[in-house]
Amino acid sequence: MHVVCLGLSHKNAPVELREKFAIGDAHIGETAVQIAREPEIGEAVIVSTCNRVEYYVASENAAAALAVLTQRVGDSTAFQKLHGAESIRHLFRVVSGLESMVLGETEILGQVKKAYLTAQTAGATARHLNKLFQRAFNVAKEVRTKTSITRGAVSVGSAAVDLAEKIFGKLDHCNVMILGAGETAEMTARALQSRGAKAIFVSNRTYERAHSLAELLGGRAIHFDAWEREFDSLDIVIGSTGAPHAVVSRDKIEPLMQRRADRPLFCIDLAVPRDFEAGVNDLDGVYLYDIDALQSIADASMQVRRAELTRCEEMIERHVAEFSEWLATPRPTMPMKTQTEDGK
Amino acid sequence: MERWFLNASTLCFLVGFAYTMFALGAGVARPSRWNFLVMLTGFICQTEYLHQRGEIVGRCPVTNLFEVLVFLSWSVVLLYFVVGGSYRLSLLGTFTAPLVFLIQTLAQLLPSASLPAVRKVSAGFWAELHAAVSLMAYGAFALACVAGVMFLVQERLLKRRQLGSVFQNLPPIATLVAATQRVMLAGFILFTLGLVGGFFAGSARTAIVMMAVSVWLPYGFILILRQTHRYSSRRFAWLSVVAFIVALTSLGALSFLHLNQ
Repeated sequence: MHVVCLGLSHKNAPVELREKFAIGDAHIGETAVQIAREPEIGEAVIVSTCNRVEYYVASENAAAALAVLTQRVGDSTAFQKLHGAESIRHLFRVVSGLESMVLGETEILGQVKKAYLTAQTAGATARHLNKLFQRAFNVAKEVRTKTSITRGAVSVGSAAVDLAEKIFGKLDHCNVMILGAGETAEMTARALQSRGAKAIFVSNRTYERAHSLAELLGGRAIHFDAWEREFDSLDIVIGSTGAPHAVVSRDKIEPLMQRRADRPLFCIDLAVPRDFEAGVNDLDGVYLYDIDALQSIADASMQVRRAELTRCEEMIERHVAEFSEWLATPRPTMPMKTQTEDGK
Repeated sequence: MERWFLNASTLCFLVGFAYTMFALGAGVARPSRWNFLVMLTGFICQTEYLHQRGEIVGRCPVTNLFEVLVFLSWSVVLLYFVVGGSYRLSLLGTFTAPLVFLIQTLAQLLPSASLPAVRKVSAGFWAELHAAVSLMAYGAFALACVAGVMFLVQERLLKRRQLGSVFQNLPPIATLVAATQRVMLAGFILFTLGLVGGFFAGSARTAIVMMAVSVWLPYGFILILRQTHRYSSRRFAWLSVVAFIVALTSLGALSFLHLNQ
């Protein structure tokens, strides 16, 4: 039995091409069954995400299976054709995040799990692909737990969110204030919201701009000269104004901090020139990170991830060899789970 | 034979600490279930030692300063398992292990450590309960101190932007403050119960009562001021460390006075 993979990804196809071949969630199971029922193919799983469209099939005849797949998807030079150990290795790399746009990201594992479950539920998989995907999930788990490939934040926004969680634990009780209305501040606020931040306030010199951003984020706009009045309820302040000087000085913050002795304040300064005076970080309970500090965290995390690549590949190689050996062992064929007429 | 279990537990705490420090230094692994298993093995050995020692002396084994310190170490580890719940797999074990190792090593260096265990007359139910509960309170204070140290380390790393593997593996500072407060409160309640048990046990010398109150009062003040938000988390963490050093010093004096009463 051979495992064959036909696919395209962000590495070899632009978004215009990827969206042309993408398959909607509603059709994935049905399409996988149709492919699995082709005489040259026994089992099929389709992974379709914004970054990749990949067909994994199990067949006794790899060349014939590839021909059937190529004919089905239409001839495209962007499609990568893999078989044998290459296709197994590719799947293991994909689920481990080594083929992702952001090295080591973990979202792909959930997407592949979902794709596999859809195919399995539809009856498009049997012994070989079941075993392959279960092994792939184990490989991903091993790679993630035994190496640092997923460690650390690799963007300014996620670095800020990670730091916020290291200060407050869960963010569901945290109120966030955005000073200014910069794009990075908006992205950071969104990242904080996605981790459960309670409320977002937006304060900008132009109230209308603050209002529209607040509306976009489901928060509340505040007049720029009134933001200090909200200070007692704030946990995170994001600075992104275009002011030519510091908007938040140590002298301004110090008396305000005394009113909230045991509540920390996380200041994220994304503005250039900076919105926060550097001395703010010296205050008890205040943690200030500017854009350079956050960027260097992201860069350092990416470096750590890159340094782990070889270890990850060694782990994957071991599993590829083991699985290839299992696949090469002759065993009696098992009938694929077939669907009844009513679809059950 | 019972001493073998004590040595084994001391070794476990040393190994657990050394392994985690190595792993963190190398940056290749996180503190894992392995640390938990080492701590658990150490705890089982400690428990067996105290059990055998208790059988020999015929009462709760807190009859000299050596036994008091071993019982204190056992309480620290017990509370680490009971209260540490969610932090068990984090670095709390790493920070607890060296403290327990130090206390047990110190205990074994005491002159009373070389004295053979002999059967003693029971001090009575209330007196033994008072001693055991009070020592468990000291264990809680020790754990609050450990969580306080962890807070100070994490806070310093955050301020200095040194976000290495120690930082990554330490819990959030808010969690550490909450843990310090919770464990200190548990210790305070236990210490209060121990004091009540002491009164039931009979007449203690004024010096002993004064010494006990000198531990009880500061912890009470620290907790009240904390509840009323009078000072920062950083100051609270420092106080948990200072208060424990004071408490540990007074424990030596208390044990001396008690055992000579």
